[in-house]
This record gives sequence, C-alpha cells and structure tokens, in this order.
Amino acid sequence: MTTILDPTDERVPVRRSITPRPERIEGNVALLDISKPRGNVLLDRLEALLAERLPDVTLNRYAKPTFTKPAPAALRSEIKADNHFVIEALAD
Amino acid sequence: MSNVLPAFSLQDASGADHSFPAAGRSILAFVKEDCPTCNLVMPLIEALHGEPDVAVVAPGQTTKGNAILMRRHALTLPILDDSALKASFAFNVETVPLVIAADADGAEEGRLVGFDKGEWQAFFARFAPGAQVDWDAYPDWRPGCGSLTQDPIVAERLQAEAENSPLRARRIDIAQADDVHEFMFDQGFTDGLPVVPPTPERVLRMLAGTQRDPQSVVATLPPHMAPATVEKLAVNAVMAGCKPDHLPVIITAIEALCTDEFNVHGVMATTMAASPVLVVNGPIRERLGMNMRLGVLGQGNRANAAIGRGVRLALRNIGGARPGGTERSTFGNPMKFTMCFPEWEERSGWPPLHVERGFQPEDSVVTAFALTSGPQLIVEQVARQAAQLGGSLGLTMASMHHPRAYNNGDCLLVVSPEHLDAFVEGGYSKDDLRERIQSVSAKPLRELVADESAGGPLTPERAAAMPKEALDRTVRKFASNDNIHIVVAGSEAGSFSAFFHGWASGPMGSIPVSRKIES
Repeated sequence: MTTILDPTDERVPVRRSITPRPERIEGNVALLDISKPRGNVLLDRLEALLAERLPDVTLNRYAKPTFTKPAPAALRSEIKADNHFVIEALAD
Repeated sequence: MSNVLPAFSLQDASGADHSFPAAGRSILAFVKEDCPTCNLVMPLIEALHGEPDVAVVAPGQTTKGNAILMRRHALTLPILDDSALKASFAFNVETVPLVIAADADGAEEGRLVGFDKGEWQAFFARFAPGAQVDWDAYPDWRPGCGSLTQDPIVAERLQAEAENSPLRARRIDIAQADDVHEFMFDQGFTDGLPVVPPTPERVLRMLAGTQRDPQSVVATLPPHMAPATVEKLAVNAVMAGCKPDHLPVIITAIEALCTDEFNVHGVMATTMAASPVLVVNGPIRERLGMNMRLGVLGQGNRANAAIGRGVRLALRNIGGARPGGTERSTFGNPMKFTMCFPEWEERSGWPPLHVERGFQPEDSVVTAFALTSGPQLIVEQVARQAAQLGGSLGLTMASMHHPRAYNNGDCLLVVSPEHLDAFVEGGYSKDDLRERIQSVSAKPLRELVADESAGGPLTPERAAAMPKEALDRTVRKFASNDNIHIVVAGSEAGSFSAFFHGWASGPMGSIPVSRKIES
C-alpha cells in the first residue's frame, strides 16, 4: 500500500443551495455592474424595462471598482442591507 | 522528569506482549543480528536475564535476525520484534548494542553503548551482582554498529510516521490493487501530466529545503481562501518534481502571488489567458542549476520546469483554482503548466531585473508577472544598428493585445545575447531601449480609431465626440516606459528576442511583485 499526503486544502466542498425564488418582485432591486465593457449598457436597458414593468420597485445601481477582483466587503454588505434582489451584469 | 524513557509494547516470537515500563526494574537491550558486537554481548545479556526481579528484554531490529539470534545463542530471554523500528526510533538508538537499565517508572538508571569491558563490569556489579561471567574471555573494547534506524531511507520513514512528525496533512492510503498515478489523476490532483506521489518520506525530505516551520502559513490562496502552509507547498513541490532546494523559491513565489498588488485571483479567473510567470535573479540561479541559456524558455531543465509547476499545482490543489471552476480562461495557456526562468545577468552587463527593482545584486529574488501570451518570437536577423533593432522590437510589440490597443500595461521582453550585443555596441541602456520601443510605436490617436478594416477599443462614435486636438495627440503603446520589463537570456546563437504580453495592469489588474528569497 502506498500512502500519500493530501495536496489540497482538505475542505469538503460546501454544498450551496439556491435561495428560494419569491413569487413576486417587490422592494429594492440592486443592479450591479462589475465594470466590464458594456455591462452598463445592459443594465441601462434592464433598468428602463424594469422601471416600466415594475413601477413600485426601487432600482439601485452599483458598480465594482474593477472586474478583476472580488467586490469589496463594504459594497457587498451595502447591497445586501439595502436590497431584496440583485441582478449582476457579467458582460462576458 | 527528563530521564523517563518512552513507553512501548512489543511482542516476542511467540506473540506474547512485553510492555515497558514493567512492574519492577527493566533492562532493555537493543540489538541486531548482523552486528558482531551484539553477538559478542548476547551471552552477557542472557546472563542478566537470570537475575531475580529484573525483566530483561531485547528489542531486535529484524524479524529474521531475531530468530537467528535466538538459535545461535540458545537464548531464553525474550527477543522482541522491533522490525518496525518504532521502539528503536523512540529511544533514538544510534548504536547497537544499546543496553539500558530503568526503574519501574521507566526512569533511566544506566546505559551501555557498544562494548567497553570496564563499563560492562561496573554495570553488572550494580544491576546483576550475582551473575557469573568469565570476563577474561572478552576483549577490552569493541565498537558498536549503526542502528537500522540510522539508515537514511528508514530514518525518513520513521520520522514521517512518528507521533512528533512535523507532517499534519491528511494521509491517503492507496490500496495495493490501485495504481497510485491513476488514483491521483482521478482525484484531480494533477495538471494533466503525471506527478510524483507525495509520500510522507518525500515530503519530509522536501521540508529539509527550508528552515521555516512546516505549519507556518505562507499565504491565503484564492479562490478557496485556503491557508497555504509550508507543508502543503512541500507536498505540491514533491508532486511537481522539485528538489528540496527549490522549495524556498516556491514559498517566496506564493508570497508574491498572494499580494493584493499581484491579484492572483483575477489572474487565474480571467477569460484572458493570463498566467503567473516567474523570473529568478541572484546567486540562487546558479545554486539551483537553473538554465538561463539555450532553450531558457522551453523544456529540459528541472529547476526551471519544476519550480513553476510546483507553484501552479499549489494554486490548483490548495487554492482550488481549476479550469472550469473559477479558472475561466477561454483558451488557457501552456504557461499555465509552468513558466519560470532566470535572467542571464552575467551575460547582460545591463542592470538585472531585481537590481532595477531595488534589490542588491547579491540578493536572490523572484519576480512574478501576470502575462497572457508568449513567448512571442521577434525575428530580426538583419538589423545590426541599435536604433533599427530597437525599432523592430517596438513595432512588433505594438501588436500586444491588439494593434490599436494603446496606453497599455506591463509586458516582458527577453533580449537574446546577439541582440544584446548590438544594443551594447550602439551604447543602448535598458532605458534607451524602452524609449526606442515607445517612440517607434507611438501614433496619433486618430490612427487608432476602429474602422471598416478593423476594430479597436476606440469606437468611431467616441472619436467623433472628441476634439480634434485630442485625436491629434500622440499616444504611446505602453502607459509608461516602466511597463516594459526587460531581461537578458537565451543562447549565444540566434538573432531573436522574445516578448510576453501582459494582462490588465495596475491597481485594477495585476502589478508585478518581487520578493527576496529567504531560506
């Protein structure tokens, strides 16, 4: 028998389940631009469509400083605290 | 109490257990059959066994040898099976015979190593005064023999298995019927090529390459944000085919990659083909036998290949950066297997990379770049004049990412010795070459506007909204001359240079990071 040492971080992958989808869109919706080219174009169009179809919903725009790095913790907390939904424009 | 000896429980040939410490006084005799001095003293140890109130046992180091000792000396004392050498290792036996007297608490009362007649006589007078021994039949002195635990291979195994082993990584037993290489492929431990199985012995040997504590955390590796301990890096270094003296370079490279400046998470995750590229400077290049000459950017040198691969395997296995997971590169890149090479500082005459970046010439330094393409060969076999040659390099480099992508970020240029000689003859410094690359490739902004023939980052709509002066402004290929990183390497023959494209540069992307390599 050969014994080897585990080269990984030894974490059992966390099983992530999707948050239950609500029946209706109510409250605040975050529109997050990750700062890739033309992500803002997509969000501009979405914002206009959502404003038309869901006039009672508040739309909040956010942008990551750079697409190359994870969103700063403060931005993530702000989005989480102030919104019920997030739509993220990945642009790729 | 500092003289309390390790406890053990071993079986004799009949399968009976013998534990130490015992109820009363014990005398332990560590022996091995092929040692002449052990054979010399076996009758004496048997004589000790005849003493009342003393438990005499002899841990023997091989099963077969134990049986021979029993037969050869007609022993009645129990020879214990220490063929796993666990007790010998716990007692740190260096030389056999080693005879130790201990009390009921396991505290040592006396010991003998090898055979010195005077010492043995004193030992008998103290612990076995009634024993009858014809001391005249014995020589005055005989040296002992090396314990089997001192055999280098055995010693590594024992160290790896010992309770105080520095190894903490999860041990994975692979059944005899399983192929260890296939198993590691199945587990996703490899980059697609076979790896060296990271057995505890090999990892222990690898750890000898650094003075750092195996459990010290070098960095936190994204995307799992996992702690990369020295031990985990050593495991991956073994797999990559590294030698122990390569490990400090890997440790330092991981430190450099896991800075906010370098942003390895973005480098690994981008859809562009970015990969860390490592350049090594300083005396360690020679010490590790790195190749900085013919074929420097290719295969064939163990240090170049294995160090880069060790870093990549660590990112994959510890950090969890895997293609299809967070690694999203559209094409990937062969540099994602490995890319690490040294600068040929001695051939250069120009200040080497690490000195330009603020280190002393005698420092050993690794510099990490995030590069997306390369090495792109620049073929210039005619130009001999420095400005002309620099112009050729500059025009080629102007194609980085896109011929109309200007004000760009970092790149890495590897100048061959033949091209170097032309530059030196023309009085060119590295800075002169940087300026030549920039000036020859500079263009008015209006020439970079996308049109029907080809696209580009500047759309006609945006250009139309700009004032004429802005479009007349000359822009340079690279935002700063400092974005052009230059090293010298390669064989003496060949009028070529090699060029690596950068990735997103600066605080929004990746900034090259240099770190001094410590042992």
